Amino acid sequence: MEHISTPKVENVKLLDRYANRKAASGTLYLTATHLIYVDASAEVRKETWILHHHISSVEKLPLTTAGYPLLIHCKNFHVAHFVIGQERDCHDVFTSLLKLSQPVKPEELYAFSYNPKMSKENREMGWKLIDLRLDYQRMGIPNDSWEITDINKDYEVCSTYPPEIVVPRAATKAVVMGSSRFRSRGRIPVLSYLYKENNAALCRCSQPLAGFSARCLEDEQMLQAIRQANPGCPFMYVVDTRPKLNAMANRAAGKGYENEDNYENIRFKFIGIENIHVMRSSLQKLLEVCEMKSPSMSDFLTGLENSGWLRHIKAVMDASVFLAKAVKEERASVLVHCSDGWDRTAQVCSLASLLLDPFYRTFKGFMVLIEKEWIAMGHKFSHRCGHLDGDPKEVSPVFTQFVECVWQLMQQFPCSFEFSERFLLEIHDHVYSCQFGNFLGTCHKEREELRFWCGMYNRFDKGMHPKQSVLDQLLSCLSQKVTLEDDASDLENKLPILDGPLPSEGCTSPKAGAAAAKAPTPRQDCAEGAAPVLSNGPSLGHQKHKESAAQPRGLGASREDGQAQHQG
Amino acid sequence: MEFSELIKTATVENALLWRPGLPAVRGTLCITSHHLLLSSRPRGDLELWLLIRNVDAVEKRVCGSSGTITLRCKDLRVLQLEIPGMEQCLNIASSIEALSSVDSVMMMYPFFYRPPSLRLEQGWHRFPLERFFQRLSSQTSQWRLSTVNRDFSACPSYPPAVIVPAAVGDDTVAKAARFRQGGRFPVLSYFHPKNGTALLRSSQPLTGRNRRRCREDEQLLGTILDQGEQGFIIDTRSAQAAKQARMSGGGTEPKSSYPQWRRLHRALEREERTVLVHGAEGTDATLLVTALAQLILDPSCRSLEGFQGLLEREWIEAGHPFQLRCARSASWHGRGKQEAPLFVLFLDCVWQLSRQFPLSLEFGERLLLTLFDNAYASAYGTFLCNNERERSLCKVKESTHSLWAWLNQPEEKHKYLNPLYSHNPLVIWPSVEPQSIQLWQGLFLRWIRPSQHLDEAREEIQRLVQGKNSSSSKESRGRRQSPAAAAGTEGGR
Repeated sequence: MEHISTPKVENVKLLDRYANRKAASGTLYLTATHLIYVDASAEVRKETWILHHHISSVEKLPLTTAGYPLLIHCKNFHVAHFVIGQERDCHDVFTSLLKLSQPVKPEELYAFSYNPKMSKENREMGWKLIDLRLDYQRMGIPNDSWEITDINKDYEVCSTYPPEIVVPRAATKAVVMGSSRFRSRGRIPVLSYLYKENNAALCRCSQPLAGFSARCLEDEQMLQAIRQANPGCPFMYVVDTRPKLNAMANRAAGKGYENEDNYENIRFKFIGIENIHVMRSSLQKLLEVCEMKSPSMSDFLTGLENSGWLRHIKAVMDASVFLAKAVKEERASVLVHCSDGWDRTAQVCSLASLLLDPFYRTFKGFMVLIEKEWIAMGHKFSHRCGHLDGDPKEVSPVFTQFVECVWQLMQQFPCSFEFSERFLLEIHDHVYSCQFGNFLGTCHKEREELRFWCGMYNRFDKGMHPKQSVLDQLLSCLSQKVTLEDDASDLENKLPILDGPLPSEGCTSPKAGAAAAKAPTPRQDCAEGAAPVLSNGPSLGHQKHKESAAQPRGLGASREDGQAQHQG
Repeated sequence: MEFSELIKTATVENALLWRPGLPAVRGTLCITSHHLLLSSRPRGDLELWLLIRNVDAVEKRVCGSSGTITLRCKDLRVLQLEIPGMEQCLNIASSIEALSSVDSVMMMYPFFYRPPSLRLEQGWHRFPLERFFQRLSSQTSQWRLSTVNRDFSACPSYPPAVIVPAAVGDDTVAKAARFRQGGRFPVLSYFHPKNGTALLRSSQPLTGRNRRRCREDEQLLGTILDQGEQGFIIDTRSAQAAKQARMSGGGTEPKSSYPQWRRLHRALEREERTVLVHGAEGTDATLLVTALAQLILDPSCRSLEGFQGLLEREWIEAGHPFQLRCARSASWHGRGKQEAPLFVLFLDCVWQLSRQFPLSLEFGERLLLTLFDNAYASAYGTFLCNNERERSLCKVKESTHSLWAWLNQPEEKHKYLNPLYSHNPLVIWPSVEPQSIQLWQGLFLRWIRPSQHLDEAREEIQRLVQGKNSSSSKESRGRRQSPAAAAGTEGGR
């Protein structure tokens, strides 16, 4: 609280960036956690809440006839343009916000002061809600080839990995330790996802310290162990998600990429996703486009194109589709890395898992996925989101891109996700707000099918969005239906009492149906077993998935299936 | 002319058909007067049934003993045919070219199409202007239905009946018509009962270089406004283009002769004034703007029936030259100056509205696509010719079927309805920020975008919504079925 000198300023204007509507006029409050603006000019009380931790920049603009403008940019893409009457007030608010929006110590973050009315047990339950062991169990791990090991319990192997990691049984402790010395920051190859149907595994790591000629026997054995854990395929892919040029430049620094000659039966491939700096400046350009004042259509389209944002989104999605296809169609295990293996690698591993496994498209599953691939595997949320006052060069919208890729998939597969756009926005908000502790610490689709996500980048410009929501309408339909069915079953239960038992309908129980209809559950074919991979292309026809569902999962049958795919 | 003269080769065995997103099919290719057919061998399924009028451009490539024909269709589909035999290939290509270029209206398919389920006269007089006027006259007495154009003498591109200010007689109107390009004098397009303002449309005045005036035209526009009331004239052209039009005899209404009207070359916001819209000819952008404005303002235009009425009144009867504008489509590289996708632009705008207000239009994307397809190539006569006069000369309404009759059959109609529709009495103001405008993928990527998952979503929505409306009836049906089901299991035992 010591940062707030003026907690309340009256007669503050809030400008509307788009519509030429009259500016709102009202009162601005500063609390320990929020900036709150109450619009007094509206007929109904309208409040705008801005969390201090969401603020990415505060600017004082030159004096206008209306007063002293204060421009606030938020990390969730909210832009608020206030005009304050008195220079003194403006300056006070400005300096307070500067301090409040950039906490220096982690203890100052909101998560440590956020205090919802929840008991201690409940809070601890929340932390235990997601148990990664259960997720590995779902994949059938531990099994003959893979084990969960606590080799990293003292963070000895790798300081940015969780204590428990999944590695091939064949990899001895010496192999693991040896490999860790050959990988940047000790981030050894570990399992990210095992595709139970064919034993193909998705693994992740950081770049090898190969330089121009260095080798490491243990690392080579590690990759061999991964490949041999999947006897169905004679080779494995090693995918470097960086552009080739970047990877080569790293060799000069003693890092780099795997030499195909040194590893047995690997197929090495580059997928050019740009680095965090390119992504940061791309988002910057995109936001400039979104903020243009009454742009023409071509201003907007050229700006969107020049930002390169959708090109980067496509690159991430292309890479993920490649991984999913390798696992599903080629039955090959894949090892993915970028430089440190916590940005691009996290993006593509989590997206590929989402494509392969319908579980990750449920509420629960999506949270597990984020916990597993992002939080546990050491994505540097704090740095990337700029939670604390730190190096601005470390900030990058890596997680935002992941969330957007999921959104793009939702546009193409509207029935495949249990959650909606709102859930994504909520998660995105929380990542940047530090309201909960989770994020503290460190299809081969054609381009034209990718859309600009107005709901994210112009989310707070109310006038731009569809004014009616299909989702809300459907949800109200559903809840109405449930009420009707409950009413009907109530009435039916009363019938026997009033009339005596009816002859032929002893116990029709609509209750069960009503319960099933209560929530929009994911479609049956997605919920269980060998569900189809999310795919729009002709190569994965519906027919095939019906076949594979109908056939017993014998080896012969699967081989036939595989041959058919190669011919196609 | 006989069609048989245009068909050099009527049948080809062993042709191979490629369509985007579908496996290639081998079969027998047939050309009839109006269709291109392909039935697969050996199964005999009819794989292709293409109206030749739908073909926009034909490209042929011969190599060795066979050739490939690429058909670019007006509905934006691209088909490829591989035909054995060089000569056969060239024959097929030139037959398709010749048949798709037939420009005599009376030779077109609608004059030959006779579906058993429809009668010829059905649907043609579904939306009489008299009915529209009836509603209007219950709201105001300032307007009257005029038959000044009953023999198309005042304006060849207007329908026989039009709505004009009640205060001016037919003589005045006829004289004013001579001062407007193509005789398109100002007529009422829409009346807004909430505030008594009107939307009118016309063509440009023939002011010319000498700044000609016309007393009757000034009188006509003058009576529409009360003393001291101001109206707007929206000229859909740029100020520059409007000025230049004077050189070729056209022009704009000068302030000095029309003191109550203010001329603008841009859009305006919620002014609550009477507005006259025109460009040059008043048959293109003018209609686009007036029709769209009505869709935004008037909830009755947003029903399936109301939207058809709007199209009939504001596009077809209002004289949008469909035959000229839709003769060719995007792939045609000829030098036609008359072709322009104005109607497609309108449909796209309607789609943008439907995206922003997904619950407010009673019809769905499928209707818009069907209208697009039929405007360019159709079995029905609705979009034939350029205006009512031509339609009457060609006896379109006597000799062809109406698209509306077909669309409104119960088994067809349900396909076009929006399951989420609920009547919205308010004006639907769309957002026109660039961020809010999207590519209409359903149209432009229709043939190349896999739609299976989107169709699934649509069906799911249908199921959810119908569940609401029929859950009670389902309940009772379930009850009736259960004894029968029980009996079935007993029998099995």
